[in-house]
Amino acid sequence: MNFSWRYQKNSLFKLFTLLAALFSLIALTTLLVHILHEGWQYLSPQLLKNFPSRFPHKAGIYPAIMGSLWLMILTFFIAVPLGLLSALYIEEYLPKGKWKSLIMVNIKNLSSMPSIIYGLLGLAIFIHTLGFDHSLLSGALTLSLLILPMIIITATEAIRAVPKSLRMASFALGAEKHQVVFLQVLPAALPGILTGIILSLSRAIGETAPLIVIGAATYISFTPESIMDPFTVIPLQIYSWTSRPQAEFHHLAASAIIVLMILLFSLNLLAVFIRNHFQKYKSRL
Amino acid sequence: MIFKNSLFKKSLSTLLALTGVLTLSITLFSIILLGKESWSFFQKVPLKDFLFGTHWAPLLEPKSFGVLPLLSGTFMIVILSISLALPLGLLTATFLSEFASPHWRKWLKPALEILAGIPTVVYGYFALTFITPLLKSIYPPTEIFNALSASIVVGIMILPMISSLCDDAFFDFPISLKEGALSLGATPFEFITQILYPASLSRIGAALVLAISRAIGETMAVTIAAGATPKITLNPFESIQTMTAYIVQVSLGDTPAGGIEYQTCFAVGALLFILTFFFNWIGHKIMTRWSWELS
Repeated sequence: MNFSWRYQKNSLFKLFTLLAALFSLIALTTLLVHILHEGWQYLSPQLLKNFPSRFPHKAGIYPAIMGSLWLMILTFFIAVPLGLLSALYIEEYLPKGKWKSLIMVNIKNLSSMPSIIYGLLGLAIFIHTLGFDHSLLSGALTLSLLILPMIIITATEAIRAVPKSLRMASFALGAEKHQVVFLQVLPAALPGILTGIILSLSRAIGETAPLIVIGAATYISFTPESIMDPFTVIPLQIYSWTSRPQAEFHHLAASAIIVLMILLFSLNLLAVFIRNHFQKYKSRL
Repeated sequence: MIFKNSLFKKSLSTLLALTGVLTLSITLFSIILLGKESWSFFQKVPLKDFLFGTHWAPLLEPKSFGVLPLLSGTFMIVILSISLALPLGLLTATFLSEFASPHWRKWLKPALEILAGIPTVVYGYFALTFITPLLKSIYPPTEIFNALSASIVVGIMILPMISSLCDDAFFDFPISLKEGALSLGATPFEFITQILYPASLSRIGAALVLAISRAIGETMAVTIAAGATPKITLNPFESIQTMTAYIVQVSLGDTPAGGIEYQTCFAVGALLFILTFFFNWIGHKIMTRWSWELS
């Protein structure tokens, strides 16, 4: 009877799902094209070399680039060892039970806590309690808190993907627990862990809100020399230019966005490269 | 060999145990600090006035601390962005798991991942310089800063999250049930709407709840595009202010520690923490419960 109508409904639905999927592709393309179109005219070596300025044609993001790089390196050295040890402890040492599931639930919750709350946390701990001021160190510590849950989650997944036989073989040859964990499991899981670390770091250098809350500068005319110096970062510079009314500064913001996106894109490519070439054990994600 | 040294072994074990409780202490610290600063705030402003007051003007004389305008701004963004992202995300996931050829999947998945990885400040820029002018050309009374423009980009931002969580849910769906339905003559449409969606309802719910939490906490896009006018309104073409945007506004000014402006940030932050914690907790609870039932 209505046999063909049932199939027409199906085709119609299929078309709808296709259109929904196309929406993301179109949104992404529009966004990228818009930013390239707005920003290309200010994209020059000057932009990378100059300090910010009241005059749009002289303005650059050199201090912001340096700030972002400093922050990324510092955050790496703070968050990675902590995240790695935590993940190893949770996966390899902690026995299954209430305690472990509490820790895992807590980490999941932390990973979806809004970033601005980490900013408030950093403000209260690192600036008002420990007195690190609005320095690179405060920024890096705050961002480390922010990405720690993400690093731990990806690292535990990579560690879990290492087959049990590897551990058993190592134990059978007389290795002790620490030796098995650090000399067998860790190297085997390393590519997966590295991918997670790179993706977390790329999240960190795109962050703006927590850095505003801990009082990172929006206008700065020197580059940081030590970890106690004030700093600015590329996303903050973008925000400060976007919030000005003049169109020239919006174009500048767009060209800074291009620089930031190139940086993020290369980090992501690196992650994909490591995943495809070195990763032996994968968990389905 | 260093691993045979007993001192090394002991210190390594201690270090490991310490990092294990690190994350718990972060949560504990957040609760203590937010609680402490909000406590001093509520010594000065009664909790009742904060939660039920309809006027928010902590930076202007006469000061007023009713948080409802900020809450209404936040939930306006949440409702508008979710009504864009949930249907699109769900349909995208359906396309990915039920209809897409591997070729489509190969293109669509990375595109969604890129969308998810774009910094929020970039979305804010996009809202202000592209979507707002577009809205203005369609509906001229649109204000420069408006809730709709911010909601659209927040929707685009959380769409990948919804579609990936739903895609995971559909992937976990038992293939035997699908084959059963199709072999009894159901069209894919009938299978999806009458079996797959109802069976995955709890997981779709979890995706929804987690997306709400993301939208509540979203900061830069709403700060840039939605404005800084705390008010209770239903008109999405007007400027509003969210809780997160308020915290940014205060942080950009130079507020001394211990002052009432400084403490409002923590009171608003505590409310934000409670709301997102509640939604995240429900979301993760649904997810773990469901996978437990399946296995």
